Amino acid sequence: MKANYGYTDGSGDYYITIETEGCLKCTEHDCVDACPQDVFAIIEDDYDDLVAAVVEEHRRSLAYVCSECKPASDPPPLPCVEACPQNAISHSW
Amino acid sequence: MTENKQEFWRWSEYNWRDENKDWREGNIVTAGIDVGSVSSQAVICVDGELYAFNNVRTGSNSPDSARRALEGALKDTGMTRDDINFVVGTGYGRVNVPFADKAVTEIACHARGANFMAGNEVRTILDMGGQDCKAIHCDEKGKVTNFKMNDKCAAGTGRGMEVLADLLEVPVTEIGEMSFQVDEEPPPVSSTCVVFAKSESMALLKDGWPKSKVLAAYCAAMAQRVASLLESVGMQEKFFITGGIAKNRGVVERIEKILGVKAIQTKFDSQIAGALGAALFAKTLYEKRQAKGVA
Ligand code: SF4
Ligand code: SF4
Repeated sequence: MKANYGYTDGSGDYYITIETEGCLKCTEHDCVDACPQDVFAIIEDDYDDLVAAVVEEHRRSLAYVCSECKPASDPPPLPCVEACPQNAISHSW
Repeated sequence: MTENKQEFWRWSEYNWRDENKDWREGNIVTAGIDVGSVSSQAVICVDGELYAFNNVRTGSNSPDSARRALEGALKDTGMTRDDINFVVGTGYGRVNVPFADKAVTEIACHARGANFMAGNEVRTILDMGGQDCKAIHCDEKGKVTNFKMNDKCAAGTGRGMEVLADLLEVPVTEIGEMSFQVDEEPPPVSSTCVVFAKSESMALLKDGWPKSKVLAAYCAAMAQRVASLLESVGMQEKFFITGGIAKNRGVVERIEKILGVKAIQTKFDSQIAGALGAALFAKTLYEKRQAKGVA
């Protein structure tokens, strides 16, 4: 499943997409520890699969929460994207 | 003296039961309770077929709303809560359904409900709820393959429509019809935020716009907003709309026009999709537990 967490507001689209098919093959769940803001958690989804999800408290504030990982000039690779062995995480902005 | 102010946002609560069916002849009785931010529904299924439902306004207390919804669905059936084998709670208040055996997200439940209501060819579902809207893709079994929601702002939602109904003093159920009583389609209100859209609508009224024209502009803005959400996940036919706003043709027909796609029409009430999906999930979960010998 493609799970898009986030929102659109007057300034743009702020979504993190998780391809949860990747999570089914993942044993380490490195996204959870890699994120300095605790954006990810492993949950049991509605079909009883263990997958990564963006935690509820950050879903409406991603632009702000992720801002430190995304400096305006020379942004480094994102820790969450780098850590995921399945290339399951992408950001819309 | 107290002013007797009419509440234009208020819609009537209602329930339904299949009078040709005797639930005692069935094997598995399940219920789905969808506690939304504006309305709550309870659906009872017998062997995976719709038997009864009730639609009420959500009060300030989610457990009470869940109880009230189920009591209305049980009314005149001779059934009690003890006769129900499994209950699934869904909606924003799903974790506050005290008698639920399990909570399932409304995204999964709407997809399952839409699959039942509109058939297994449905691939894109738009759920326009009380306080958010969701674009969902599903497979032929009603399993979610992609979803995106926007709940940052009440515009494009049932609550936004209720605010407008009160502002313009038009019953919420008449907004859709009235929005077509215009000579030509006005430009949509520019704001996507319900607070600004409200002040913009007030300014248009002051400028002499008739209510119907303001409604047309507001419905068009809502339609544009949800259409862009749908376009961002990609439109795959067939297309179905669930939730209360599916009953507002002022919004639905404008969405269809923007996307160039007709939404599937069904005999079922679009507002019960989440609760119906929950009741169907409940049957699957009950059968799984039975198979494991724990039910
Ligand atoms: S690291 Fe990647 S694949 Fe593993 S759980 Fe996290 S998002 Fe899923
Ligand atoms: S960009 Fe940084 S803060 Fe945002 S999810 Fe990735 S690791 Fe976490």
